[in-house]
Amino acid sequence: MTTLTDPPKESFRLSMLIYDTRYRSATIQVVALIGFLLLIGWLISNTAANLANLGKPIDFGFLGEPAGYDINQRLIEYNSQSSHWRAAIVGLLNTLVVAVLGCITATVLGVIIGVLRLSNNWIVSRIMTVYVEMFRNVPVLLWIVFVMAILIETLPAPRAFRGDDATASMVFSESVAVTNRGVYIPEPLFSRGLGDIPVFGNSFEISLDLIAILIVLGAGIWGSTVVRKRADRIQAATGDRPTTWYLRLGLVLVPLAILLFALGFHLGYPALKGFNFQGGTHLRNSLIALWLALSLYTAAFIAEIVRAGIMAISKGQTEAAGALGLRPNRIMSLVVLPQALRVIIPPLISNYLNLTKNSSLAIAVGYMDITGTLMGITLNQTGRELETVLMGMLVYLAISLSISAVMNWYNNRVKLVER
Amino acid sequence: MSDLGFVRTEMLPEQAPPATTVGAIGWARQNLFNGISNSVLTVLSLVFIYYILAAMLPWLLSPTWGAESLNECREINGSGHGGACWGVISERWLQLMFGFYPPEYYWRPIAAFLLLGVALAPVLFDTAPRKLLIFTPLYPFFGAWLLWGGTIWNPLAALAGFVLGYYAYKVVAAAAGSLAGVIAAALVPVLWWLFLAGPVAGALSSILPIGIQAVESRAFGGFMLSITIGVTAILCSLPLGIVLALGRQSDLLIVKALCVGFIEFIRGVPLITLLFVASTLLNIFMPPGTNFDIILRVMIMVTLFAAAYMAEVVRGGLAALPTGQYEAADALGLDYWKAQRLVIMPQALKISIPGIVSTFIGVFKDTTLVSIIGLLDPLGLSNAIRADAAWNGIVWEIYGFIALMFFVFCFSMSRYSMYLERKLKTSH
Amino acid sequence: MKKSVFLGALTVAGVIAGGAAAATLDEVKARGKLNCGVTTGLVGFAAPDANGNWDGFDVGVCRAVAAAVLGDPAAVEFVPTTGKTRFTALASGEIDMLARNTTWTFSRDVDLKFTFVGVNYYDGQGFMVPKELGVSSATELDGATVCIQTGTTTELNLADYFRSNNISYEPVPIETNAEAQQQYLAGACDVYTTDASGLAATRATFENPGDHVLLPEIVSKEPLGPLVRHGDNEWGDIVRWTLNALVTAEELGVTSANIGDMSSAPGNNPEINRLLGTEGSLGEMLGVSADWAKNAIAAGGNYGELFEKNIGENTPIGLARGLNAQWTNGGLIYSPPFR
Repeated sequence: MTTLTDPPKESFRLSMLIYDTRYRSATIQVVALIGFLLLIGWLISNTAANLANLGKPIDFGFLGEPAGYDINQRLIEYNSQSSHWRAAIVGLLNTLVVAVLGCITATVLGVIIGVLRLSNNWIVSRIMTVYVEMFRNVPVLLWIVFVMAILIETLPAPRAFRGDDATASMVFSESVAVTNRGVYIPEPLFSRGLGDIPVFGNSFEISLDLIAILIVLGAGIWGSTVVRKRADRIQAATGDRPTTWYLRLGLVLVPLAILLFALGFHLGYPALKGFNFQGGTHLRNSLIALWLALSLYTAAFIAEIVRAGIMAISKGQTEAAGALGLRPNRIMSLVVLPQALRVIIPPLISNYLNLTKNSSLAIAVGYMDITGTLMGITLNQTGRELETVLMGMLVYLAISLSISAVMNWYNNRVKLVER
Repeated sequence: MSDLGFVRTEMLPEQAPPATTVGAIGWARQNLFNGISNSVLTVLSLVFIYYILAAMLPWLLSPTWGAESLNECREINGSGHGGACWGVISERWLQLMFGFYPPEYYWRPIAAFLLLGVALAPVLFDTAPRKLLIFTPLYPFFGAWLLWGGTIWNPLAALAGFVLGYYAYKVVAAAAGSLAGVIAAALVPVLWWLFLAGPVAGALSSILPIGIQAVESRAFGGFMLSITIGVTAILCSLPLGIVLALGRQSDLLIVKALCVGFIEFIRGVPLITLLFVASTLLNIFMPPGTNFDIILRVMIMVTLFAAAYMAEVVRGGLAALPTGQYEAADALGLDYWKAQRLVIMPQALKISIPGIVSTFIGVFKDTTLVSIIGLLDPLGLSNAIRADAAWNGIVWEIYGFIALMFFVFCFSMSRYSMYLERKLKTSH
Repeated sequence: MKKSVFLGALTVAGVIAGGAAAATLDEVKARGKLNCGVTTGLVGFAAPDANGNWDGFDVGVCRAVAAAVLGDPAAVEFVPTTGKTRFTALASGEIDMLARNTTWTFSRDVDLKFTFVGVNYYDGQGFMVPKELGVSSATELDGATVCIQTGTTTELNLADYFRSNNISYEPVPIETNAEAQQQYLAGACDVYTTDASGLAATRATFENPGDHVLLPEIVSKEPLGPLVRHGDNEWGDIVRWTLNALVTAEELGVTSANIGDMSSAPGNNPEINRLLGTEGSLGEMLGVSADWAKNAIAAGGNYGELFEKNIGENTPIGLARGLNAQWTNGGLIYSPPFR
């Protein structure tokens, strides 16, 4: 403003750094940066001084030492002689397992509950309201502990299955055992399996059977998509849609069935041997409790999001689509859902983020996720608080940022173009 | 025309509607049994409710309020163990509420809690007298003094920092321009708190010792601890969150990057890891020899945690303001800070209140996590109580009580936030 | 404006500067309180009652030290710590000593830089199983589900033991004793393993203690004792000799009942006289008052009294003295002489 009255003078004065708006922003930024660097430097020097006092310099060597403890749920080969590093990987995989499972069930449950809350059946919508309020207003940690306690106290112990006067029995024609140590379900086995291949220099093994199945499944789905696209083209050109569902189904299922037969696929059933059920896949109680509690808790939030999303679409949209002659299911898939999803997806993904972060409460039920291994037992045994906690935070940060990146990508894709 | 047989000259009285469409039956037909699938759903729901009640009621109604140990409960309930053991609640509920706070001073947290309501009333409700707003900024000092006790000069000295900052701004801004004023307003209080506040408060309290019995924060526990951590975190995170939100919206690249980095970092890690930092690392980050107690450290970390979420809430409020408001403020010739203070923030914050309340609910619920690092919040106390030989083995009663208390707190707050949302909606 | 709560709290709660460098003894005296780290709750060893008073065997050690240093057994702040936070709390100076049934191990002593001042309970890791399983030895536990308390040496001992015996097992890690007990009773695990004292304490509170047996195998040595930071030897001496005073008192027959008479005037036994400060100047050498040991013993009684009151055979926990009997009775509890 002052340039109007002052004669234009290009010589630079120090005071212009503060009073000239052209330079002021740069000044502020430089000051902020210096302040930030000073803060970081101060923290680092404090840390260095403190660690020197304690005689514990930062050292990640402990990661290579044998962990010395066992982990019950492990997706990769691990025993007590494996390194702390490997224990951390086991924990990370466990975190991802419960997060993915939780997100799936929370979404399914949340959508059902959100829709039922809008039901015109008074008693059903009331029950759903009670559900939502009950779960939203009690801490998730309490729910996790609660669900665990319910599983432990109400389900039968394996020893109840034993003997002639067994008080409990397996369900689904003797294939599934529900106990208070977890659920044992049949496991897929291959009598002519392809074996495993090592990756990352023998540190992990990936089952070739699984890869083969995934490849065949992917190819089948791709083939079915090609058929559908062709049907779309024919419909657009002639108005008649050829019936393709049996062809598409066959393209997916037949090669898969052939492959499974070739691999000698059969199910391994759990059976009570010794103290425990042996065989089958063991879904441990800690996993189920955490999974269930996180899903139930997050579902309450997702239900609200879904409800808000559906209610956000004005009735006029449905009516207009009806006036165009669309049938109800097409109205849903072509008009209402795309708009509702734009409202629903962003908060939905931030709830996925919350669920993933809440999975760190696994420690309360003894589920060995990364908080339980790296930031739990490893920390306790090695006394390396700084290294383990920072590593753990970085892991969670990486997970969260990847979810956020997906969210931003999606948001940009569906964003309404505004002025 | 004249030989009409019959002409009705008055209206027939209205007939009562069929019994099946009015009253309880009609309501039920409309809301519960319209259609086969709905009827099935209704019946299933009723069966579900019946089973829940049949399982819960006998347990809830067990006459064990006077029992003094789990074994006594078992005797009262007979061999079936059918009932709850409420003796533990009647013996320990004060502890679950106040932790180890000295019983003779229970009035202090209660008063602090009630006064919090008084202080917040003018912010939260339009109908509250406006004059109470004077009390609101004073409350943090007064509330902290009530809870922790000690000499009254400490909170007064802390308060004096703000007064000094205000006057520093007045004086310097008049003499050397508003930016210098802002810098002075930031610098003077910090210098005061760092170097002068302590000695001055000490001197004053030795001259004029006014004070109440000091209570260490270690004595805090139970719901009092949860509420204290939650309220402190929200109150402290509000200004921090506003600054972060403004920084995130700003055009200054480095400032923006710093703010985004902070917000995304905090939001990207679970609270429990931040609490691990509080319990194991914060002392390492501080200058050698610094040592403050764990509850204060937890409050700091929870505040940082809440600030990141608060920043996003405030940013939402800022984004919801029409661009015209910014443009109008610019057109009036207001500078950045004046525009923020007089035009933008009052409106943006008002829109953000529901979000702030739900952030508070979230933080309040998350305070249960402090039990994992060994603080005796309600959940932590439940473990301590179960370690008492008399109550070893008790599960549902304590969890149920804690869940109920949390529900009451959180539910009423979420109702308030919904009321507010409705009110804000109609005002447009 | 509201940022001030934090600053107000800072001033009110007080930022104590200069911790690690200053001598712990001076700090404790200046503070007028001993900060003692205990568990968040373990039957018999440390638990708060309805009024918030802590009680238990470890708590007794804390009170004795407070009485020795400050003359007041009530001048203790009990800081509940978890397995994870206990060492940090001690290393950072948040607590002056840790009495949280912590096993004395090489790495804790040397690598984590702590000084174990003695052993107040000789323990070992044992196994508890329901009687109906018909198991009589830990070697029969192949394939069993084992509940372990995490954050201790237990899980390492367990892994070692089962590995060396070539037995498979399924570990169920659990944070607290209360939850482990719940899982074990419900049959969610076949075996519960932790320190034998903890097992006995847990079993004692069961509805039918007789339905459960402790297996004969003790798979580890768990000398539990109080510890302090490395580097402050004066403070370490005080805690060490307070513990020794409790032990010596039992050996010499000094109890909380007769200590008033014994300390009023020098008696016939010179060691008792030195202990109780009626002769010599042991207290002065230690940097505390002359009647330090008398206060420590009067606080909760001698070692034997503490044992009997909190975890002994007449309590619900009902632990026998066993290894923890005086050396004169065939145990390992042995104090260096007061001379």
